[in-house]
Amino acid sequence: MQDNVNDAPANAHAPGVDIIAQNVVKIFGEGAGQVRALDDVSVTIHENEFFTLLGPSGCGKTTLLRLIAGFDHPTSGTIRLEGQDISHLPPYKRPVNTVFQNYALFPHMTVAQNIGFGLEMLGRSNSDVADVVDKMLALVRMGELRDRRTDQISGGQQQRVALARALAPRPKVLLLDEPLSALDYKLRKDMQIELKRLQHETGITFIFVTHDQEEALTMSDRIAVMSRGQILQIGSPRQIYDHPAERFVADFIGDTNFLIADVTSSAGGKARLLLSSGREVNADLPEGMTPSGRVTAVVRPEHATLVTPGEGELDGMLENVVYLGTDTHYHLKLSDNAPFVVRSQNQRNEDEVFAVGETVGIALESDSLQVLRD
Amino acid sequence: MTSSSNNDPSVFAEQLAVRRHWLLCAPALTVLFLAASGPLLIVLVYSFLESGEYGGVVWKPSVDAWFRVVFQRDIFDDTLSLADAHLKILWRSMRLSFFTTITTLILGFPTAYFIATRPQNSRNIWLFMVTVPFWTNLLIRTFAIMEVIRNEGMINTLLIFIGVIDAPVQMMNTDFAIMVGMTYVYLPLMVLPLYAAMERLDFSLVEAAYDLYATRLKVLWRVIIPLVRPGVVAGSILVFIPALGAFVTPRVLGGGKKMMLGNLIELQFGAGRNWPLGAALSITLLAVVMVALLVYVRTVQKNAELQR
Repeated sequence: MQDNVNDAPANAHAPGVDIIAQNVVKIFGEGAGQVRALDDVSVTIHENEFFTLLGPSGCGKTTLLRLIAGFDHPTSGTIRLEGQDISHLPPYKRPVNTVFQNYALFPHMTVAQNIGFGLEMLGRSNSDVADVVDKMLALVRMGELRDRRTDQISGGQQQRVALARALAPRPKVLLLDEPLSALDYKLRKDMQIELKRLQHETGITFIFVTHDQEEALTMSDRIAVMSRGQILQIGSPRQIYDHPAERFVADFIGDTNFLIADVTSSAGGKARLLLSSGREVNADLPEGMTPSGRVTAVVRPEHATLVTPGEGELDGMLENVVYLGTDTHYHLKLSDNAPFVVRSQNQRNEDEVFAVGETVGIALESDSLQVLRD
Repeated sequence: MTSSSNNDPSVFAEQLAVRRHWLLCAPALTVLFLAASGPLLIVLVYSFLESGEYGGVVWKPSVDAWFRVVFQRDIFDDTLSLADAHLKILWRSMRLSFFTTITTLILGFPTAYFIATRPQNSRNIWLFMVTVPFWTNLLIRTFAIMEVIRNEGMINTLLIFIGVIDAPVQMMNTDFAIMVGMTYVYLPLMVLPLYAAMERLDFSLVEAAYDLYATRLKVLWRVIIPLVRPGVVAGSILVFIPALGAFVTPRVLGGGKKMMLGNLIELQFGAGRNWPLGAALSITLLAVVMVALLVYVRTVQKNAELQR
């Protein structure tokens, strides 16, 4: 399962492979003003997968999506769909449909006309179109609004129409460009579940673009974390969260504590680290890394607990306690002045044990440390 | 709001706002009334008077001018016949204006689309270039066209020089010449409203249509044209109306042989010394414009509804 960023060519003709991007470079503009939006991106996306491109704005995720859709074409490199090179096909010749960020529903057509548009353009008969439109309306639970105009329905409903419109021609791949960002929190939660359901029911490959790490973790089969036009890491949500390979990935997804440590020994993907407190712990290594000297390791706040001083792997001074209902966050300062956060789930009738200003011990769960490729 | 809530401060504020609204409109309305309705009223009155011997009007009520819009009286035996010269000119005016509208639309649409799809900062430069011809006097621009298309003009000289033709092609003093001139003169009036509509067009809709298997032509017909229809309507009206009353262009390029309504009206007020007839023809022109507008808007609306 662990996909290396550079292993795409080896899988080029593997069965069940839907989309392969190979050494894709996209440069916008010319001369001094040129922008390298995608810098040698290679990725393999499997059939029937919910694949997420995750990253901050400007990381190139939307550019990659637009290249797959055909709105832009790569400066170099290829994009293959089921083995066929589609890099330079126009959008209307690709079995790929898009759900746009602003939905882009046709304002001069009804809900049903919007949904039927793709099929109509494909030259399906009227009865065929009407059939599929009915099915799609049922699928997204919008049957009673079929003759409404698109400006007469709510944002969440527009979202469903956009989904139905993109799904109606039964594309091989559905592209979703931050489709939930315009919805409010509650609706967004509902739509996340809805999207998973639709992907499951239709069996279509979904490629989902988002900057929301929580959304990515909730919905994806696999996530590609992008930054500055490059894919930094590809893996399942759990792999990405538990074993971030780079500082950017660790920082972007979830809350993270960074620890500076010295490697004392390493073998078989594991390393012994000497922490600033003078104690030694085990840590996982990123694939293919043989570290030496000083490294950065991460540990998630929920994988640490507060104990009496001297009993844990680290010691620190408690600076702040933030009560959040389900959790309490303890903000600490380590002996080397690095910040550290411990998250613990709250129990009922729990007494406040640790006071601000106190020195406390921090116990780390075994195997909770991950060394970063720096 | 109910009438019983007269003491409601919000109602009072609303009434105040409405009053202020009208007060602010008043200067514009006054100018509009004086500048548009006033002269129109004078023209209407003149059309029901008798003509003076050396131009002007005699203040005697008469429907003779209106009669002569459609009929002509034989000078010798007073028999009536249709004023076919007038009808011919009316027909030519309508035909030429119609085709001018079509050609400006065909030329203006891609132009406006081109400008609207440029990067934001270069659009203004292109728009500016569209308006450059307005800097020069209409008469001079029309003479410039004459220089291009006349028998000894650029086109004929060039064609004879490279041996495509032996004798110059007669383009001056034809309907074609008038249409070329009017298309040139009125093109910006088509481009600007089209551009305004296209600038507001959400181009992600165009992408969405491409994405949903629409070819370029289908995107144009099914998405772009329906969405910029208000611009097409506005542009067509802005071109058709002044074209119908065009005066300088047919005069210079039509050589006085191919008259349009504007020239006919001018003739009555000038050499013809028949002000009432000129006035009646002016009102006729107004009526034609209004009927044409009504038909046009109705058709567009019906088409829009059919698309729904």
